[in-house]
Amino acid sequence: MIEITDLRKSFDSNDVLRGIDITIHDGETVAIIGESGCGKSVLLKHIIGLMHPDSGTVTVDGISIPDAKEEVLYALRRRIGFLFQSAALFDSMTVYENVVLGLWEAGERDEDKLREIATEKLGLVGLRGILDSKPSSLSGGMKKRVGLARALAMQPQYMFYDEPTTGLDPVTSDQIDFLILSLTERLSTTNLIVTHDLFTVNRIAKRVIYLNKGLIFFDGTPQELMQSSDRQVMQFVERFVR
Amino acid sequence: MLMAKNRNPIRYFGRKIANFLREFGEISRLLGRTFSFIPRLGRDRILLFNQMEHIGTNSLPLVIVIGFFTGMVSAWQAAYQFKGLITFSLIGSAVSRAIFIELGPVLTAIVIAGRVGASIAAELGTMQVTEQIDALESLGISPVRYLSTPRVLAATMMMPILTIFANIIALFGAFIVANFFLDISHKVFFDSVKRFFHLKDIFSGLFKSVFFGGVTALIGVHVGLKTGGGAEGVGKSSIRAFVLSAAMVLILDYILWTIIF
Repeated sequence: MIEITDLRKSFDSNDVLRGIDITIHDGETVAIIGESGCGKSVLLKHIIGLMHPDSGTVTVDGISIPDAKEEVLYALRRRIGFLFQSAALFDSMTVYENVVLGLWEAGERDEDKLREIATEKLGLVGLRGILDSKPSSLSGGMKKRVGLARALAMQPQYMFYDEPTTGLDPVTSDQIDFLILSLTERLSTTNLIVTHDLFTVNRIAKRVIYLNKGLIFFDGTPQELMQSSDRQVMQFVERFVR
Repeated sequence: MLMAKNRNPIRYFGRKIANFLREFGEISRLLGRTFSFIPRLGRDRILLFNQMEHIGTNSLPLVIVIGFFTGMVSAWQAAYQFKGLITFSLIGSAVSRAIFIELGPVLTAIVIAGRVGASIAAELGTMQVTEQIDALESLGISPVRYLSTPRVLAATMMMPILTIFANIIALFGAFIVANFFLDISHKVFFDSVKRFFHLKDIFSGLFKSVFFGGVTALIGVHVGLKTGGGAEGVGKSSIRAFVLSAAMVLILDYILWTIIF
């Protein structure tokens, strides 16, 4: 379970998060939406301890993230899969090395087993025969899939997706959405998806949190979001409804 | 308003000093964390060997070229200064001591600052702006252990080896000039080298090069990990890493000189 209480974060004079309270229960799939720069990704990075809050608490399975010792934090992160907006594949490594890096670093040295896991995880995301390719030779959608395979290799309990469809064409975006959906069903992970793509929200999320000016403006189901009479929310969903 | 702020010299220098102290603290902390992972080096030896190859072996051609020309120039320089004052038979000793104590270690370090320090900053800077550093963290991998420790230790170990090569090649370059252009026989040249040879000269140069290697890589890592602002930021980081490393090499050279001699 993830519990966030009165989380505040500023960059210079810019208050990005101004007191966020969220509880995410195990097995939930929650989408965090909002305009660009509203603090969605910042919130996600606080949950895995990549950023330190100015005040407030973030706990994951009872572990206080800002106060956690480095070893505890790293052990926890191995239970969290993170798909980055840019996929963040390591350019100097092959696809295979990217996918198994976490396992290798965790002490797995059996080359046959590692190749088997890499092949299996890449198969899960619909990729085959690219184990020895370099990330630079892959398309944007393929990079996201490899990023997803890398996150899945650690058999995570939580999956965090940072803008999974941003920068992709509609067809590839649909494929990524369905991939996330099928993985969620098969792996029973707790999912947190940061996006401003309402198609993704409607397909995948069971709960939506709308961030606005550093505060939670809406917390409900995707259906409730679409039917909201609030002007601010209506403005955000208008483009999607049209 | 902004201009007025910048014109206030007390505030300007105060901010500069505060920034310097903060950065010095950050580099010291990075150094401490880098060394704290040394006990794990047995497990991470592949990372270390890769960096030793990149920093050491791959830098060798450049070090050889620089060493050769440095030796040749220093022989001409010595001849120019000796002319009419001191016999040319002493050129070997003058040049060799200059090479072993100063030219070999310092010029090698500055070349490595340009090649390795800047490339570490660019590589890690690119990783930073493309979220690859965050990706490492998200996989439960410490960027300091994975990126900093192998680079800093590899540079620390390889710099003295590169300096030995630079010394030998530079001495050979000086001999070529002495022999072919100044008519000094190889016996006279190398007798002169031997006559005033002190083992301390070589070891002091190698001792300094250990520090030069470490500081060059450490600054490259620090600057790289602090990169922000996309491609432009990466470019700025490379330049900053080179300038800081080269300056630190010269400052350290002075400090170590006063300690050793």
